[in-house]
Amino acid sequence: MKMSKESYQILIAEDSAITRAFLVSALENLSSRLNVIEVSSGFEALRQLPRSRFDLIITDINMPDINGLELIGFIRNNPGYAHIPLIVVTTEGSPRDREKGMALGADEYLVKPIDSAQFQELIRKYLNLDAQGLSGPGSKS
Amino acid sequence: MSGVNLSDFRVEAEDLLDKLNHGLLDLDGAVKKNLKQDPAVINEIFRAAHSLKGICGMFGFSEVGEIAHKLEDLLDRLRLGKLKLSADGLDAMFEVTEELRAIISRKANNETIAASEIEGLKKRLERVEKEKKADDGKDWLKQSGVSEDILSVLTEYEEHRLVENIREKMAIYQVTANLDLDTFDEELIVLQKLLKEQGELITTLPSAEASSEDQITFFLLLGTERPQSEVENQLGGHPVTLKQIPPGQVQETPVSPPTAPEPPVSDLEPAPEAPEEGELGTVRSLTRTVRVDIGKLDELMNIVGELVLGKNVIARLIEKLRNQLGFGDFGIELYKANRNLERKLEELQESVLEVRMVPIGQIYDKLRRNVRKLARETDKDIAFISEGDETELDKLIIEDLADPLMHIIRNSIDHGVETREKRLAAGKPEQATIKLRALQRGNHVVIEISDDGAGLDFTRIKRKALDLGMIAPGSEVKEEDLIQFLFVSGFSTAEKVSEISGRGVGLDVVKNNIGALSGAIDIESKAGSGAKVIITLPITLAIIQALVVEVGKETFAIPLNSVSSGLVVKPEEIKTIEGREVIELRERTLPLLRLEKFFALDPGLKVVREEIYIVTVGIAERRIGLVVDRLLGRQDIVIKSIGEALSGIRGIAGATELGDQRTILVLDVVGLIEEATTRISGRVRVEAHTHVS
Repeated sequence: MKMSKESYQILIAEDSAITRAFLVSALENLSSRLNVIEVSSGFEALRQLPRSRFDLIITDINMPDINGLELIGFIRNNPGYAHIPLIVVTTEGSPRDREKGMALGADEYLVKPIDSAQFQELIRKYLNLDAQGLSGPGSKS
Repeated sequence: MSGVNLSDFRVEAEDLLDKLNHGLLDLDGAVKKNLKQDPAVINEIFRAAHSLKGICGMFGFSEVGEIAHKLEDLLDRLRLGKLKLSADGLDAMFEVTEELRAIISRKANNETIAASEIEGLKKRLERVEKEKKADDGKDWLKQSGVSEDILSVLTEYEEHRLVENIREKMAIYQVTANLDLDTFDEELIVLQKLLKEQGELITTLPSAEASSEDQITFFLLLGTERPQSEVENQLGGHPVTLKQIPPGQVQETPVSPPTAPEPPVSDLEPAPEAPEEGELGTVRSLTRTVRVDIGKLDELMNIVGELVLGKNVIARLIEKLRNQLGFGDFGIELYKANRNLERKLEELQESVLEVRMVPIGQIYDKLRRNVRKLARETDKDIAFISEGDETELDKLIIEDLADPLMHIIRNSIDHGVETREKRLAAGKPEQATIKLRALQRGNHVVIEISDDGAGLDFTRIKRKALDLGMIAPGSEVKEEDLIQFLFVSGFSTAEKVSEISGRGVGLDVVKNNIGALSGAIDIESKAGSGAKVIITLPITLAIIQALVVEVGKETFAIPLNSVSSGLVVKPEEIKTIEGREVIELRERTLPLLRLEKFFALDPGLKVVREEIYIVTVGIAERRIGLVVDRLLGRQDIVIKSIGEALSGIRGIAGATELGDQRTILVLDVVGLIEEATTRISGRVRVEAHTHVS
């Protein structure tokens, strides 16, 4: 496993503690090599971005300070982060917001309730876990 | 679902429902006063309903989620200006929020919810009239002059607010702020607050462009009627630039932001050190508060309680040692060490108690909502005023307080507050006032619920007491004694059962509930000018100070907060009136209760005493004297519940352990007073050795 990374950094921006717990639990069950940073607002996400080299970002749309679309716009317009896969997790909201989110460069747009297996599948895909044989013993989805 | 449990769900759902309710109350206030509804409030409630729907879905509570969805839908149209808020619409939302709370709690207890119930609630929301607006504001947006870059990241709601501001002929300003990457969030919060004072803050968005590595640029859109110079004045000292966006032309976002101003001088706390890359834990949360199950705090409290008992044992051993060996160097050291332990233990006890404390204001929303609902039902105009919202009480006490308080308020609205016409005729303002005031007095919290209604109808109370044979015809009864009848089971002055008070619950139940919290309740009233209910509660029930007494061979603990004094009297001072033993105390007659008779205890070796010890107990005006053989002293005790077999006995609150590992019973003073004043015969035997459950 020459090229395999030791661990992956994942940022979750979501103001519902329950949803965060759900996502984290799905990630933990997927692999033990995922390091998750949880934040509950857009500001905190902006603060965390320069601190780690994130491999994946998961964000909500409805957050108290800056909205998820603005966060996506910020990430996609910033050369340092533009390449990071970005998954939106939101409660079914305005179709217009969804359109905008995809237009701004979100890779996936998941609507709650989220199917744990489907979510894990996406993570696998974007982190390329299978190719590196990382999903092995840790995964139990 | 792994990792997340049902109680987490309940906690978050309750939080969201509280937010919903709080926001609805705000809106209600605005509608009543004919003020403009704050769009931020509507958006907050919308977000709460939205999140609620989300978490319901995740737990597979899809029917409940559907209701939340309908609610969200309604609020969404409201915030997007597609619906006008009516009193009926508000009512529907209040009701549904309330029902949702009940349903979620039933759901969490694994009860099934009838489909018809869900449908009913959905229908209730659907009935709220829909008022569509013709244009969707797209044209307005194009002419707003706001750059495409900014428009592209606005949510539908933010677009709507932008359009509304333009419609209302507000000037739109773009505020650009270059902030330090380390402190931007704190500065933004200050800036956002300032801007909200100037008008409506439509959005805050980060720009990918920045003047330097460690800076970040934000654009904020402000809609306001104030001129640029005034807004600039208000923003003085902040590192921002302000530019009005003239409508009608699409603007380019500046490619490079304006020259960076001087870094702001901030006296805010420096941001926490950034963690080194690679050192991060698996899962880190940045929230600084922890939510703890009250059960865990109880456990903690129990352990502290056992420690207190342990300390008592050590103190006793030291005492023994001193008696046997005198006070040597070793004894002194041991004594000092124990003092130290005692002090730390006190601190620990205080800290744990502090964690359990929550402000009483937590339940005020619920009460306010009910007042509103009842006022509408009875067509009375009532203002609800609260004071001392921040007064703190043990979480468990607060939980058990909401129902009794609600009952008192319900009584007050139903019996106390007059109709609008009657009030005007009596020269009172049409709007009645119900005031709830909480304040701390030493180790107690006093809660007063007062109204400016008609007050108690003493003639009616007296007639009823006569009818029930509680007083003899022609006897003079003082008003304060008449009030006590209200607390007697089955005594109600309501001639017909009304929709509000007629729930089969009387003031006697309220009194029992308050009594169960070791509290007391009293009423003051003057006919014509309202009534005041006064509740006195201990701040916490977890650890209490008690007076330990000996009666015959038994030892009892009496909670110190209900002891008012200790007396020594001569046997001849005890008189008998109407077959009851009493003494005269400061010109009042104090009834006595002999515990050994009351509990039919083994009297032990009876010695004729020349002095008799009496502990006077009771709160407010209702006191009795307990006759005891010996006073053993004061002690901190932890009350534990007693087994099923004894739980029905009046006069016993629970059991506790003394320092010498002995289990003794704790007296329930309120219950004893009740029993002593009402019961004639029929005694209960208490087995000498009780096991703590």
